[in-house]
Amino acid sequence: MPKLTNIHKIAVIGSGPIVIGQAAEFDYAGSQACLSLKEEGYQVVLINSNPATIMTDDEIADKVYLEPLTLESVSAILAKERPDALLPTLGGQTGLNLAVELDDAGVLAKYNIQLLGTGLATIKQAEDRESFKELMQKIGQPVPASKTVHAVQTALDFAEQISYPVIVRPAYTLGGTGGGIAANAAELQKIMVRGLSMSPVNECLIEKSIAGFKEIEYEVMRDNIGDKITVCNMENFDPVGIHTGDSIVFAPSQTLNDTEYQTLRQASLDIIDALDIKGGCNVQLAQDPNSARYYIIEVNPRVSRSSALASKATGYPIAKIAAKIAVGLNLSELRNPITKTTYAAFEPALDYVVAKIPRFPFDKFNTAERQLGTQMKATGEVMGIGSTIEESLLKALQSMEIDQTAINQLKPTSDTPDLAAALHVPTDDRLLVIFAALRAGYSVAKIHDLTQIDRFFLDKLAHIIQLQQLLPQDLAANYATAKKFGFNDAMISAVTNEQLPTLAPVYKMVDTCAGEFASSTPYFYSTYFGTENESEPLGNSILVIGSGPIRIGQGVEFDYTTVHCVQAIQQAGYHAIIVNNNPETVSTDFSISDKLYFEPLTLESVLHIAALEQPLGVIVQFGGQTAINLTKGLVADGLKILGTSLHGIDQTEDRHQFEDLLKHLSIKQPAGNTATSLTEAHKIAAAIGYPVMVRPSFVLGGRAMAVVHNEKELAHYLTNALHAAPDQPILIDHYVQGLECEVDILSDGHAVFIPGIMEHIEGAGIHSGDSIAVYPPQRLTLEQQHEIINIATKIGQHVHCIGMMNIQFIVADHVYVIEVNPRASRTVPFMSKVTKLHLAKIATHLILGASFAELGLTPGLLTPPNLVAVKAPVFSFAKLPGISTALSPEMKSTGEEIGIAADYATALTKALTDSYHFHGSHAGQVVLLTPNLAADNKVTQAIAHAQLIPRVLTADTVPDIDVKQVALVANTNEQQTAADPLNYFALSQNVPLFTAEDTLLAALSLAK
Amino acid sequence: MKSYLILEDGLTFAGDAFGAHIAAAGEVVFNTGMTGYQEAITDPSYSNQLITFTYPLIGNYGIDATHNQSVQASCAAVIVRQLADLPNHYAQQMNLDAFLQQQKVPGIQGIDTRQLTKHIRQHGTLKAILTTQPLTVAFSAAYAAIKQKEAPLQRATYTTKQAQQHVVLIDFGTKKAIIDQLLAQHCNVDVVPYTTSLADIDALQPDGIFLSNGPDDPADYEMVLPLIQALQAKYPLAGICLGHQLLALANGAKTYKLQYGHRGLNHPVKNIATGKTILTSQNHGYAVAVDSLVDTPLEMTAYELNDGSVEGLQHKSLPVISVQYHPEANPGPTDALGFFTEFYDLMNANKAKKSSVA
Repeated sequence: MPKLTNIHKIAVIGSGPIVIGQAAEFDYAGSQACLSLKEEGYQVVLINSNPATIMTDDEIADKVYLEPLTLESVSAILAKERPDALLPTLGGQTGLNLAVELDDAGVLAKYNIQLLGTGLATIKQAEDRESFKELMQKIGQPVPASKTVHAVQTALDFAEQISYPVIVRPAYTLGGTGGGIAANAAELQKIMVRGLSMSPVNECLIEKSIAGFKEIEYEVMRDNIGDKITVCNMENFDPVGIHTGDSIVFAPSQTLNDTEYQTLRQASLDIIDALDIKGGCNVQLAQDPNSARYYIIEVNPRVSRSSALASKATGYPIAKIAAKIAVGLNLSELRNPITKTTYAAFEPALDYVVAKIPRFPFDKFNTAERQLGTQMKATGEVMGIGSTIEESLLKALQSMEIDQTAINQLKPTSDTPDLAAALHVPTDDRLLVIFAALRAGYSVAKIHDLTQIDRFFLDKLAHIIQLQQLLPQDLAANYATAKKFGFNDAMISAVTNEQLPTLAPVYKMVDTCAGEFASSTPYFYSTYFGTENESEPLGNSILVIGSGPIRIGQGVEFDYTTVHCVQAIQQAGYHAIIVNNNPETVSTDFSISDKLYFEPLTLESVLHIAALEQPLGVIVQFGGQTAINLTKGLVADGLKILGTSLHGIDQTEDRHQFEDLLKHLSIKQPAGNTATSLTEAHKIAAAIGYPVMVRPSFVLGGRAMAVVHNEKELAHYLTNALHAAPDQPILIDHYVQGLECEVDILSDGHAVFIPGIMEHIEGAGIHSGDSIAVYPPQRLTLEQQHEIINIATKIGQHVHCIGMMNIQFIVADHVYVIEVNPRASRTVPFMSKVTKLHLAKIATHLILGASFAELGLTPGLLTPPNLVAVKAPVFSFAKLPGISTALSPEMKSTGEEIGIAADYATALTKALTDSYHFHGSHAGQVVLLTPNLAADNKVTQAIAHAQLIPRVLTADTVPDIDVKQVALVANTNEQQTAADPLNYFALSQNVPLFTAEDTLLAALSLAK
Repeated sequence: MKSYLILEDGLTFAGDAFGAHIAAAGEVVFNTGMTGYQEAITDPSYSNQLITFTYPLIGNYGIDATHNQSVQASCAAVIVRQLADLPNHYAQQMNLDAFLQQQKVPGIQGIDTRQLTKHIRQHGTLKAILTTQPLTVAFSAAYAAIKQKEAPLQRATYTTKQAQQHVVLIDFGTKKAIIDQLLAQHCNVDVVPYTTSLADIDALQPDGIFLSNGPDDPADYEMVLPLIQALQAKYPLAGICLGHQLLALANGAKTYKLQYGHRGLNHPVKNIATGKTILTSQNHGYAVAVDSLVDTPLEMTAYELNDGSVEGLQHKSLPVISVQYHPEANPGPTDALGFFTEFYDLMNANKAKKSSVA
């Protein structure tokens, strides 16, 4: 079928700011799809409010709108652009919901906009529990029996009928709280009473429990003539009961026999036929481990996190093909972009094993509930490719960037005195807990009983422990075998204290077809289970180190800068090679670089690649702290670092060198010192004077950082901090209260270019990543701005910055420097979008030897464009019960939203729309606030000025008010979590929740 | 125990032996299926071939006798990257290692199966020897000294309740799944070896004839062609794989050897009449030459999307159909089960025609 010729301009809705459950995978899918549409000759209009995305780059779409994703805002854009069609299935749930809203509001009909891809009727049918159940019954696909109930007795009767165990899911509670699994009537009675009371509509769903079944996913595609394929199936290591986004996942399935595999495949295909899917779809199924019985769990009629994983696991670009299907093309006429000789109507055959491990934020939040369940908690994920379960799993584990000692020794990250209890209640630590249990002599059978994890997988874990235990007995005899099953040298020396000359792996290609067809995909993984190396060194190449899994503090911004670095390297005439391990991102799309090594970002794995490729140099400054941390080891091995030297990096990162540098340049820094013991810490704090800012040295995202006001608080902090990082010295600085601001600088080692100064709305003491940043400055005096420029230039020149750096300041009585990050920072995409200068690309050109003149830039501060831009943080508090919701030096946000306008107020309003869900004048009139805020004159005056009605409530009170009457909720208690009834009220109903006074005042200034 | 896979061009892989500790000789081929090792190993079409599985972990779910495709594994050997020694599945009775010992099939594990696969792709299907002893004589002499196996042939009757049709299945090494699918279509099935005479088949009074899959070069079966010619003139007839190739030969078309065959579960096949593409299970080293169909009464109904090779045929005037792929699945996708319905409909239509003539 030829592609649609009646349409020319297509609007695509992105997924907006990154939150738990909707992350970088949509940047990958969206970018791929937009490029795919452009390739077919269509004009693409893109709407997304997340600046930290490749999809919002000017090369990706013809027109990019960095605007809020609301009905009002998108309607206005559609009215102006008048696209012929809208593609809604690429922007996650956000994009899908918006498309439904636009349709319901008649906007699509009004402007005669055609919907492409899977239709809205399908989407509604797939997402509405009842109509989906009906459809499944119609086509004979089994779904777990379920019933919506409003009374305990109805629940008991139904449970009797379908037999226990049953799951109770209260309606409209945050993250499914109040639910649970009941094994008998007594338990059900108890859970129902609680569930009904927690549900705002007094409603619960009772469902037959299939916890413990194997959880299987199929990524399927269907085109306009009904041809359909399965791209990949995946098997969760964790049985049904843990959200698939939080599960360890293997591709392809490992324990299904052919009959089961084909039965589930056919079921998935029958379902997408019945739903009339046109594009990609994810089908989740549950297979009984003890019989042929299976159930359909759910269907996601769009590209998803799983489709990104499947694309990276197989090489088959699902989003790209889905976009082509949306414009009328069909699978049997599209080429497989990997082999180029075969067609897209094809099911990839893997000749390797893929393991995905989710990355959780619990290394930062020790108060958070780590137990895993049906509510997703992971912020990111890593993928390992290998020849065996053991190799792929250990490679993924090496990529996690959590407690390195724990990983190297395969032991839990926290004390686990009761292994049996820890096995029974799964947390993010469960894999390491199982390793510990195996070492402690637990049998596979017992671990299976406690975890319900398939014994096939547990036997593989037992094999890993068996190898680990053999190593210290005779290293020489067992070294090669350990390497073959995925142990790296760090893991080996962690249990042997011995070092053998390292063994190099071979590299194999990911080619979608298990070697059946010739292929030239530049996508490789290492394995020790093989003899033939397939990766030919490229020559004239530069190695770019990626940023690994997305976690709080190191988000998609660093993938953005990595991709830009690669593009600049290619423009400059070199081959760009990427090393990275994150399956969600654009940088691991094999078509981005000249070669992709999907590998752990450990020194060993990077050195093996470098030894093969012999690159001209390595660029480390775009991959966040992950890449920076490798610098020393790379230099020690004789590799050339392109950009700021190791010496320059140390000058900014090493506390003492940094102090000397600032002293030498007569730059002020808050008074401070380093403590290595408790007594020393107390002495230093007393000498500097409270309040003090305390943190372990070398931290990212403000991990374990805090402001303490007195000795007692300091003592409490130190006990925790020393536990989090026992060997780390503690830095203690005077806490200077003032205006926080930051700059990114670009330099060729001599001159310094500054794209702009960003001023933070929140004062020092709140992590810069959680602060609202405003550009250009609204409050700094010209003199202060000059001072900032002077200091930034001096530092840049003195450390011979080549490429980029980020410098953070506090402006009080003087301008103080608080931190220098010798690398591209979180704000680079934001500033790039605002100034329309591709800063990471420019920085890369500088690194590669270009001069400012050649790049058409004049050193010094860029004249700000005539607009105001605001970057606001986005939190995922509702997904992380137990974490403190108060803003502090510890970063908590997962994403960001941009607002651009001619004036500050409009820009701020836009920036608060998708982040704080603050809709200015559209909301109610009542401000619910905690007593401490009510006692604050600034706050009460601001509320009065905004003509809003204050209502004081303690945080533990359930607000008895219609949500429509509420403008916002403000709670600045130091101790607070999502579970506080006041916060819960706000978070569960999308009412703006402000937990810092500065943010609150800024928001109030907008209300009329 | 060490084991050596020696290819006729000299390439040698050293690995670890499993299964039966005996030597094997034959063509080394590769299969890209990620599941279905048991069905492949017991598929008589693999007789005397050394099957390389490209998926690295084989044996994960053990062996369940109900999945056997024939009474005896007649493949020469099994080549894998890693054998699962601790499989887990509720329906398994034994592991793959034990099964191969029982079936007297040797295996080798621990070799770079991707390297071997790429070698076959580049050099075509090669002869190979699997042995636990290094060769002391020339390859050809050693090869000749190793005994070849026979595909197991059946003479058996299978019946089903509410049977509507009666099919004689000419056995060249049939898979059990073909019989199962015919039974599922309400056909009673008489399986007879391909050496059976026309008279004996007539005596069974079939409503239709089915030509099974089987091993080897279709050209080796020249003696069966007259039988097929006679049968297609009298009965609705369908063929799968080797059966499809023999039907083509019987009607004057030619077959040729593919460079490295189609063996996997992911082969797209496009139907010419409907324009629709399905995914199919395939296992064949020979194919019908599309050019050779010109002067025959056959026409192509489907082709492999990637290389354009013939995947389906029908007779221009007789109720005769065939496919190169395996619609019966086991292993592989079930997209093509409709082939059996099509055959059933041909038999029904033929019956109706006969009764209206009568």
